[in-house]
Amino acid sequence: MSEVLERVVRPAAEAELASIVKEAVTSKSSFQIRGGDTRPIGNPLAAAQVLETGGLTGITLYDPGALTLVARAGTPLSDIEAALDAEGQMLPFEPMDHRALLGTTGTPTIGGVVATNASGPRRLKAGSCRDSLIGVRFVTGEGEVVKNGGRVMKNVTGYDLVKLMAGSYGTLGVMTEVSFKVLPKPQATAVLLFEGLDTAEATACLADAMRSPFDVSGAAHIPVGVDGAPVTMIRIEGLEQSVSYRADALAKELRAHGTAEIETDPVRTEAGWRYVRDAEAFSGKPGDVWRVSVKPSDGQRVIAAAGAEDAFLDWQGGLVWLRMAEGVPLRDRIADIPGHATLIRGAGQRAFQPEPMALSRLAQGLRAKFDPHSLFNPGRMI
Amino acid sequence: MQMPDPNQMILDRKAHIVARLQDVLPDDAVIHSDNEVRAYECDALTAYKCPPLAAVLPANTAEVAAVLRICHEERVPVVPRGSGTSLAGGALPTADAIILGVSKLADVLETDYDNRFIRVQTGRTNLSVTGAVEHEGFFYAPDPSSQLACAIAGNVAMNSGGAHCLKYGVTTNNLLGVTMVTMEGEVVEIGGAHLDASGYDLLGLICGSEGQLGVVTEATLRILAKPEGARPILMAFDSNEVAGACVSDIIRAGVLPVAIEFMDRPCIEACEAFAKAGYPDCEALLIVEVEGSEAEITEQLEAIKAIAVTHNPVEMRESKSAAESAAIWLGRKSAFGAMGQINDYMCLDGTIPVSELPLVLRRISELSDEFGLKVANVFHAGDGNMHPLILFDANKPGDLETCEAFGAEILKLCVEVGGCLTGEHGVGIEKRDLMHVQFDHADLEMQLRVKDVFDPGWLLNPAKVFPLDVTEGRRQ
Repeated sequence: MSEVLERVVRPAAEAELASIVKEAVTSKSSFQIRGGDTRPIGNPLAAAQVLETGGLTGITLYDPGALTLVARAGTPLSDIEAALDAEGQMLPFEPMDHRALLGTTGTPTIGGVVATNASGPRRLKAGSCRDSLIGVRFVTGEGEVVKNGGRVMKNVTGYDLVKLMAGSYGTLGVMTEVSFKVLPKPQATAVLLFEGLDTAEATACLADAMRSPFDVSGAAHIPVGVDGAPVTMIRIEGLEQSVSYRADALAKELRAHGTAEIETDPVRTEAGWRYVRDAEAFSGKPGDVWRVSVKPSDGQRVIAAAGAEDAFLDWQGGLVWLRMAEGVPLRDRIADIPGHATLIRGAGQRAFQPEPMALSRLAQGLRAKFDPHSLFNPGRMI
Repeated sequence: MQMPDPNQMILDRKAHIVARLQDVLPDDAVIHSDNEVRAYECDALTAYKCPPLAAVLPANTAEVAAVLRICHEERVPVVPRGSGTSLAGGALPTADAIILGVSKLADVLETDYDNRFIRVQTGRTNLSVTGAVEHEGFFYAPDPSSQLACAIAGNVAMNSGGAHCLKYGVTTNNLLGVTMVTMEGEVVEIGGAHLDASGYDLLGLICGSEGQLGVVTEATLRILAKPEGARPILMAFDSNEVAGACVSDIIRAGVLPVAIEFMDRPCIEACEAFAKAGYPDCEALLIVEVEGSEAEITEQLEAIKAIAVTHNPVEMRESKSAAESAAIWLGRKSAFGAMGQINDYMCLDGTIPVSELPLVLRRISELSDEFGLKVANVFHAGDGNMHPLILFDANKPGDLETCEAFGAEILKLCVEVGGCLTGEHGVGIEKRDLMHVQFDHADLEMQLRVKDVFDPGWLLNPAKVFPLDVTEGRRQ
């Protein structure tokens, strides 16, 4: 990003994109792929030119009665959310907005959401972006247009390259179109709030909530809340009466962990979960930011071992957000805890967890088939 | 459906290959006599049969690895097999192939209720996974109709679904990790008890790869807390179109039932004759099931009934008791058995956009007249996964071929309206030669290259999924 002279190409259609890539095969000219440029996550990369997907926009199909939406990859996420909102529907996986945390200012695109598999608190119940993604079109590193999956939510025809593309950080192809299974937006939300639990107590409380039949859609613990005290948050969503019944029943079931305050004000509940989703606690604060994926009960172990400046738990403890002093080798400190750590903000360490040899060989093999000339985001991921 | 000719050089070396397998497995785990290998000559697509060269039944991951190393060295094709319930011929062998059955790998390795997962060996049956956790109030969500018999290995291979995936997703959405053995005999661990695996989503790629990328011996599965209760409502309509529109409206209204099942008149009549469930006399029937507490169930059913009323149902029957719920499900659950009583049948599995339902049902009925074979429709309407059952007579010369041709036309229609060839059964050999209908050359080539990475010698289940002419050069 520090380059002064940046060569930017911005195709307006898939066919144009494909021919640009074909030319690049001959000229051996690599690309940094850019959607809205709001999620520059991954290892630093050196590419000859920038390939912007912002010219590939538009919702190509939205069938609310079939819970499906198809859009070109450069479509602003806000356009998609507005269209869904008008029909009382949503993307189930609650994608994170990285802008405040990473200090970026662009417009997030749906392709960027998919490339980073961006998923928020509801991931616990509804799965991550890859679980809602049902179809994809992309241009390979040889300029071929490939489609996989489609617009129906049950589809086992051939290999599932759809999931492979999610979270591949633009290293397997340039996505041109993505299809989703969407869900009805909940009519009501209630959040159970526990104050003052330590991380071990909170972990037990969240596990008990998830063991209940009350269909929890968010389970987070913030050891140092906005007013300094620990806050544990458990979210229930759905039809009005059902939410109120489940919130009360769950509060009763969790009595042993303390008395829950039940928050139902939509503005306050939304703000609370946005705080978790976007790691707002870390915005504007210095240091490296890590995202660690572990078995939920191990979240507390990660916090104990990491020695972070600040930390909190989402996904019942299965997602640990850490703000560390710059350059601290986090992976060494938590090496005995199964899972993996991604450096979301910071430099000097590998962004993605190094993989065992066998997996790394398979990943390299796939990369060599999808992008044989290493034209796309060279160095970003593998 | 054609299968490639067996490689004579492998057939000639049978004694040597069997001896090598016997070196690494107990004697009773290597099945090689002409009589005994017949037990593995087909799966649930019984129209196609071929005894394998031999069958092996390893008891752990190390034995699976040893078998695969030998087969890799000897260049012998391997067909992995779970319980052999594939309707698509996924476990059909060739005469020069070794069947690798995982039925002895049936243990539960770990259960963790706080973290809501179970780790099992993949020969374990689907239903017995739920059986291992239900005393703690948990269940494993994907529920294919064959769940009593089908193995997790096959579920992972085919990315199996079931009636309840509108709410809970299919296998790939409930799979956290696998232990997989590659064709070279290398053991790899992908994912685990954490929610997201690192790196490329290899887990997503392996799930649904029909045993062509590796042999999955262990799986970490998401288990869920059981809802407090569930209740179905049965709704009868006087046309398929109206029932289809009702499905769309229910989904659009923001209610998300766990299941929406659809049956048309031929299917209703057959089920009625077979199971006597007391279904109303109507053109189309929906069974909608909702879950939750008593209050939630009532709230959801009220919303659903309010929508249904606008479509002038012939009858609505809300279950008032466990017995009534069972009666409502009885007909649906015996649909396949009922059809089997009348005739031989072929069960298709295409998915369509829900909005295309009326058109597709009309076209199927026209095609039925054209081909002169009856068809009954029963399917998961919420997600558009159709199961047309084409009735034919296996003893009548030419009937199977007519039935297959008719089936192919229906599947082409599914693709034409924006859907796909298979929603949950897999391609196997059954839909293999139709892949061109859904995919262009480049689409298929990319998938073949994925197999090149995992199995460069094309030894794992090689004659499946892709048209034979497309894979010919690679299989040699």
